[in-house]
Amino acid sequence: MEKFTTLQSRAIPLAIENIDTDQIIPARFLKATDKQGFGDNAFRDWRFDKRGNLNTDFPLNDPKYTGSILVAGDNFGCGSSREHAAWALVGYGFKVIVSSFFADIFKGNALNNGLLPVQVSEAYLETLLNTIKANPETELIVDLENQTIGIKGSDQQESFEIDAYKKTCMINGYDDIDYLLSKKEAIEAFELSRTN
Amino acid sequence: MGKTLFDKVWDAHVVDSIQNGPQILYIDKHLIHEVTSPQAFNELEERDIPIFRPNQIVATADHNTPTKNQHLPVKDELSRNQLKQLAENCHKNNITLYDLGHQYNGIVHVMAPELGITQPGMTMVCGDSHTSTHGAFGAIAFGIGTSQVAQVFASQCLLLTKPKSLRVTVNGKLKNGVLPKDVILYIISKLGTNSGTGYFCEYAGDVFENMSMEGRMTVCNMSIEMGARGGMIAPDQTTFEYIKDREFAPKDEEFENKVAYWKTLPTDADATFDKEYVFDAQDIEPMITYGTNPGMGIKISEHIPVLNDASFEKSLEYMDFQKGESLVDKPINYVFIGSCTNSRIEDFRVAANYIKGKHKADNVTAWLVPGSKQVEAQIIDEGLKDIFETAGFELRQPGCSACLAMNDDKIPQGEYCVSTSNRNFEGRQGQGARTILASPLVAAATAVAGKIVDVSKAFENAFEKELMS
Ligand code: SF4
Repeated sequence: MEKFTTLQSRAIPLAIENIDTDQIIPARFLKATDKQGFGDNAFRDWRFDKRGNLNTDFPLNDPKYTGSILVAGDNFGCGSSREHAAWALVGYGFKVIVSSFFADIFKGNALNNGLLPVQVSEAYLETLLNTIKANPETELIVDLENQTIGIKGSDQQESFEIDAYKKTCMINGYDDIDYLLSKKEAIEAFELSRTN
Repeated sequence: MGKTLFDKVWDAHVVDSIQNGPQILYIDKHLIHEVTSPQAFNELEERDIPIFRPNQIVATADHNTPTKNQHLPVKDELSRNQLKQLAENCHKNNITLYDLGHQYNGIVHVMAPELGITQPGMTMVCGDSHTSTHGAFGAIAFGIGTSQVAQVFASQCLLLTKPKSLRVTVNGKLKNGVLPKDVILYIISKLGTNSGTGYFCEYAGDVFENMSMEGRMTVCNMSIEMGARGGMIAPDQTTFEYIKDREFAPKDEEFENKVAYWKTLPTDADATFDKEYVFDAQDIEPMITYGTNPGMGIKISEHIPVLNDASFEKSLEYMDFQKGESLVDKPINYVFIGSCTNSRIEDFRVAANYIKGKHKADNVTAWLVPGSKQVEAQIIDEGLKDIFETAGFELRQPGCSACLAMNDDKIPQGEYCVSTSNRNFEGRQGQGARTILASPLVAAATAVAGKIVDVSKAFENAFEKELMS
């Protein structure tokens, strides 16, 4: 997993609520048996129409917007547990997703792939979306060490929560498997101690 | 202070806790399928890590499988490859696989309970969000991502922060024609799609106590649609009787010992929950959804609400519905009875009872997709297949099918489908398809009428009552 400390980048606004993982990566693209290539099909049915033409209204297709931060509406990543959604977003080039609320499973999947979910207040989300729309050149600064997100050139910033263990993993690029394997003895002892 | 059902099962599985961090939770049963496991197998292989407890893993092929001609080689090359990889991975690692065509093959959340794999007090995971289904037995069961599938492969454990507790109580007697699906659609319509995020839900009250195991599974299945990681119902006599004598159920004295333990699991009277909701059974009517998330549900007798909200409007635009309109009499061309929410024998009995002696409308394509080979066999044994075929319904072979449209079972662009599945997201049943979630009874009635009908009206008539008995 790639290490993550700070990121300064422009951002793409996607002011839609309840974006489910079926939209992030539709089921018909789940037939691959490796993690590569999902980025091409991220938000496929919103980026392209039925005939495969680019939908120019969609923010990801709008040349004014670019960057590795996606700023999205409330309740991002609900629905299917498919980790392919996280792979698609990472594959597309995102490193941070900002929303006012994340679905549980998506949040875990993102963290396991070095994609940082940054949960902000509804008011701050509104500010971010408006600022980016007013000036697409706006850059955001995400500082994982200090758990803050801010707009470059503005002192308006907000802090965000992250589990201390997960934070260490992100900063060092560790994953849970390494940790769990180091606990094998305790796990075996637990198995032997069980009565039910 | 007393403990909840959830506390008791969780606490019994904690191996260790990281200071200011997550806990290591031991997983009893790990279910896998072809779509979310290959990358996890690859990961372990790349890192040269063996599968820790292969005999606690059970695999099935369901998401990607065709529902016709299952005896023939799978036509779609990518699907075929995914199924082949699953078989190879299971074979290499000594994992039991109920592959396509096996007498125990089926949708993972239908197959495991009917084989007695699912039991009270267990922790169970699967790379599929509807793993919450198994909570109907008083197990902690939840969906995980593929990285977590790899973690369980490697250690039979997961690193997790204990969720908060939520209880939804429904007391009273359900009206005629109101099925477990209506109960859960009603609850989600009231609570919204993220009310449960960060919580594990327990369903309590006499409505659930009086429900069959099939009904409880339908309810727990959709817990994830209100954001909860899972849902649970306290194990009781109904649970024990369901499990008894199933293939992998404990036998004889071991069974009696287990039952004694299972009886200790229900929530203590003095336990408290972080959040509680209470509903009255009499307020629930047959439900349908009108939008693009499962929380956008109404009673069939109601009208679509009038809200000024961009996401709401986007949703109605996709569905081509108007604010304030009624959906009764909307022509419908597709009906799907299936998915891990409603593809158990009881669901087909309800549908067959309604359909018997009637015929589907000419405009309707009606697919019935059993949840497993065993359900399929029951449908044939009980004579339901004849009823369905005489009525013009098509009985297909088991699988996830049009629930997620990964195989050929897709609803065409722009068409409405009244579906007993669990998600009405944009494109869930095929690109541009418009899904209306409902119970098997509402789905059957829609197929017969060729349009949405208010079944609650039908059940006010006494002679129709026998349908529900
Ligand atoms: S039937 Fe649908 S919801 Fe259930 S496991 Fe299959 S795809 Fe998932």
